Amino acid sequence: MNGYVKNVVATIALGTILLNVHAAEKRKSGYDIMSPSTQALQNDDSQNPAMLWVKDGEALWNRAAGEAKKSCATCHSGAVKSMRGVAARYPAFEPKSKRPINLQQRINLCQKNYQRAEPFSAESSELLSIESYVAMQSRGLPIAPPRDARLTASRERGQQFFQQRIGQLDLSCADCHDNHAGKKLGSATIPEAHPTAYPLYRLEWQSVGSLQRRLRNCMSGVRAEPYTFGAQEFIELELYMTLRAAGMRIETPGVRP
Amino acid sequence: MARALITIPPNPKRNSIIEIRVLIQHPMETGLRPDAEGKVQPRNIIRRFECRFIVGDKSDLIFSAELFPAISANPYIAFHLRATQNGTLNFQWTGDNGFAQTETAALVVV
Repeated sequence: MNGYVKNVVATIALGTILLNVHAAEKRKSGYDIMSPSTQALQNDDSQNPAMLWVKDGEALWNRAAGEAKKSCATCHSGAVKSMRGVAARYPAFEPKSKRPINLQQRINLCQKNYQRAEPFSAESSELLSIESYVAMQSRGLPIAPPRDARLTASRERGQQFFQQRIGQLDLSCADCHDNHAGKKLGSATIPEAHPTAYPLYRLEWQSVGSLQRRLRNCMSGVRAEPYTFGAQEFIELELYMTLRAAGMRIETPGVRP
Repeated sequence: MARALITIPPNPKRNSIIEIRVLIQHPMETGLRPDAEGKVQPRNIIRRFECRFIVGDKSDLIFSAELFPAISANPYIAFHLRATQNGTLNFQWTGDNGFAQTETAALVVV
């Protein structure tokens, strides 16, 4: 290979890398568009109200429960090590039920199968606490959706749903979050809808809530009938959203306005 | 019992000014909001916060605050004090429906 060709190849390769980096940087987390005072709440764990839920989650992690009298720590020991990176790869395929499940469902499956305990109800403080505690162990890691062919069909359905117009306002997720992200809806800046910080503390909720609570808000916002918590449609949408946000850093426990 | 988070700088220098941060889980229901059925929910707020510094039998009130319905849920309070000597910091929240919580933390100066 002569020097010129080598240089061209090297330049193209470098160009591709730079392009990729640039593409990754172009995406904005909801954090980037919120006010400095709200960012300050998320930046400092001693001010972040979501840490109250994380601390509850830590206590739950170590509490023996169910007929098996096992705690999460009995099998997984310390979450700091064993749960690092786990939240980054959910939703994932669950071979027994042959369908994708999200982190909350994974936690509830563990409770049912190994602790033989009653699973936490949807959006309960306990479930949000333990999910926050588990997800926080992946803070700073890039979202890494699994390359699993069994997820492809679900992901595609999620993408379809993202682009499907719904509700009396006849809007799809993509209408706002792809086509009009960064513009204003009332006084609020429309975010790009990257699920980087869930479960998160929303000042509007005055509480920690899950991604599905947020999705249900959006659905009722466009005057559509929201799916119930844990609906397969939401898991599929979550699958597509994590793919769309692949490589972005996890911020859990986040704060949003 | 409500979850509380207390942040004190570890081992502050004697006579230095330190910031104490406290965060407590509480709904701070204003008494003005209707619920899903349109019925106004009764007020449920924290009314008062106190911090005392205890050395032996001596207990000094070093900071207090009154809280009102306009304060957000899970109220966060930060204040400063001069770390003069070793002792115990005692934090007390009291409010509607007999809400009362006490937390303590050791202050160790170097």
